[in-house]
Amino acid sequence: MDFNDTPEEAAYRAKVKAWLAENAPKNRANGDPEAAEGMAASKAWQAKKASAGYAAITWPTEWGGGGGKTWQSMIFGQEESKAAPGLSGPFAIGLGMCIPTVMTAGNDADKARFVGPAVKGEEIWCQLFSEPSGGSDAAAARTLAVKTGDEWTINGQKVWTSGAHYSDFGLLLARTDRDVPKHKGLTMFWIDMHDPAVEVRPIHQMSGGSNFNEVYFTDLKVKDSQRVGAVGDGWKVAIVTLMNERLSVGGGASGSNTGQVMKLAQDISTLAGPAAKDAGLREKIADWFVQAEGLKYTTYRTMTALSRGQTPGPENSIAKIVAANVMQDMASSAMELEDQFGILVGANAPLAGAFQNALMGAPGLRIAGGTDEILRNIIAERVLGLPQDIRLDKDVAFKDIPTGR
Amino acid sequence: MDFDFSDDQKSLKGEALRFLEAKCPVSVVRGVLDDPAKRYDEGLWKAVGEQGWLGATIPEEHGGLGLGGIDLCVIAEALGRSLAPIPFASTVYFVAEALMLAGSDAQKAKWLPKIAAGETIGCFATVERPGVLTEAQVQASIQDGKLTGTKMVVTDGDIADLAVVLAKDGGRTSLYLVELGGGGVARETLETLDPTRNVAKLTFIGAAAELLGDAGEGMALTEAVLDRAAVYLAFEQVGGADRCLEMAKSYALERYAFGRVIGSYQAIKHKLADCYIKTELARSNAYYGAWALGEGGTDLKIAAASARVAATEAFWFAAKESLQTHGGMGYTWDVDCHLYYRRAQQLGLVAGGAKAWKERLVSQLERRNAA
Repeated sequence: MDFNDTPEEAAYRAKVKAWLAENAPKNRANGDPEAAEGMAASKAWQAKKASAGYAAITWPTEWGGGGGKTWQSMIFGQEESKAAPGLSGPFAIGLGMCIPTVMTAGNDADKARFVGPAVKGEEIWCQLFSEPSGGSDAAAARTLAVKTGDEWTINGQKVWTSGAHYSDFGLLLARTDRDVPKHKGLTMFWIDMHDPAVEVRPIHQMSGGSNFNEVYFTDLKVKDSQRVGAVGDGWKVAIVTLMNERLSVGGGASGSNTGQVMKLAQDISTLAGPAAKDAGLREKIADWFVQAEGLKYTTYRTMTALSRGQTPGPENSIAKIVAANVMQDMASSAMELEDQFGILVGANAPLAGAFQNALMGAPGLRIAGGTDEILRNIIAERVLGLPQDIRLDKDVAFKDIPTGR
Repeated sequence: MDFDFSDDQKSLKGEALRFLEAKCPVSVVRGVLDDPAKRYDEGLWKAVGEQGWLGATIPEEHGGLGLGGIDLCVIAEALGRSLAPIPFASTVYFVAEALMLAGSDAQKAKWLPKIAAGETIGCFATVERPGVLTEAQVQASIQDGKLTGTKMVVTDGDIADLAVVLAKDGGRTSLYLVELGGGGVARETLETLDPTRNVAKLTFIGAAAELLGDAGEGMALTEAVLDRAAVYLAFEQVGGADRCLEMAKSYALERYAFGRVIGSYQAIKHKLADCYIKTELARSNAYYGAWALGEGGTDLKIAAASARVAATEAFWFAAKESLQTHGGMGYTWDVDCHLYYRRAQQLGLVAGGAKAWKERLVSQLERRNAA
């Protein structure tokens, strides 16, 4: 057991650091993909990474990757997040989920067409799975694709689509057969997000931001060659996408802002004296710290398994539940400490409103990418081996499944 | 980055689990629970001694195996899982560690081989009053090399041969070695929540005592011992929590209510998922603690406190919710849930409760932030 890099890891890290020092933009516009200059900076950075083999480190070189190992990818990620934070964000869904799916289930022409430009950051992808009728239950998708000759006509709506407004292509899960049970009547397609039959509308989040979209399809025409996998195999293909999502390790679980709470407590009093000496607060700080540290070391365990060429265990499945709940609890407690000032946001609030921002972001984190409840089900079923929930829609033709409103 | 046990350590763990499955079935634990005259299982103690585990971290020159703290963690996890009713923690995590931290060459040479051979049982006698251990509560005192005073809640105090005792000589608080077979020592068994572990009150009236470590360093040494013990105990707690979750899971898969197994209800599934989450967080913190055993310093203080807090929470949650999952059967003497329910409290308090450790953790964080 050793926290330090092995000589091989250290050498790689040194090489990466030197490259980043040389190449990371010095005075870049922030990596905000919503701003034109931010997106331009992101694309330029991605191209630079691709030319050096750092854009998709674990992918074979013939696909434009680096032909490297997972541990190298993780070390690069750690160093990149310090040297060029946020710049790679717009490509995460494409390279992490959509393109691996195309590589697994797509035809040769699509692989040849899409992999290279995605690696180089020339084309951005989004994932079109969730629908108003199916958030946790993604296989309940209703967006309908009807085949006429060599062409499919798609009508329906997707929701919670990150980055749809700046994406060039999307991976779309559509219903192609309403007469079979829900998992069997789905088919995957890729679509051109610039097609006029695709309309993207931003969702106004409770936090004020707009990171997600609704996407509407009105008589969108798609060639049969845009099918990814066989007709009716859409759910199997979707599982490939979601498995790739689970393999993305390392992010998300930081959240150890106990230092920030401790800083806040230094300038605040309670009725019993300085907040920094408040026993109740100190106990909570310890609880948060221990959970955040536990997540950090859990990630290290996963990284170790990957470094040793093993398949990581299920331990990383706990990260988001813990991180999101600690974030929410910490924000609420810190605001309680601020007392009436806790009501404020922005510059007048202590620490420029950091805890208020966290409070408003936390509900999203507890829901996105699998709600707390779905994740607990996943742990119970896939890790502990408890039975699946009873499903009333299992052997019923999709068109006969009760839908409520 | 290598944040896992080595292959050797994993095979040691496998060996320890198999050994304890064979030598410490729950009947052995119940043998001590149900017989008030039995204060530990002597057969198991002997067998564990023969395995060399008592001297796992004791240097070879003193008759031990000379392994690292991490290796002992692996053994601790197996012991916690099996609820081993033996004075292992007192002897190995507390007394042997105290001797290795602070003992003179002569003291080490005298005692470590005996501990490694299973000839000497140790106990760590510090507290005198309810509440967290503070220097102010220490009344036991030394005069002319003789110890007088009373120590309460001394785990394994009844069966120990050697005590490490916190006492004052004038204004200075120090640790002392006291041979309990000598004169001036009275022992009284105390009833406890977890009768599978012995606890006694030790009364010293002019008992011969020998300084352990530097005079005046008693509190610092006690904390140093507690830091190391906390890591080992965290592994015992994780082992116990694992077992509780397994028991709950297996019961939830076989018990039917309303026409289906109770493990198919989300109320049970989510509770057990939470149990898994807490146990994994505890395991990861304990791993960090195991690594920090070799580092010492601030790293160890923070890691030990984190491991202690996380593991205490995890084992307690697993023990109480595993019992709850078993329903009415879980509340009976015959089902094993209460053995873990008891041990979770015993382990959660024996090196000081989580509340105090949280305070120690935050103080260390403040110190680190200021540095």
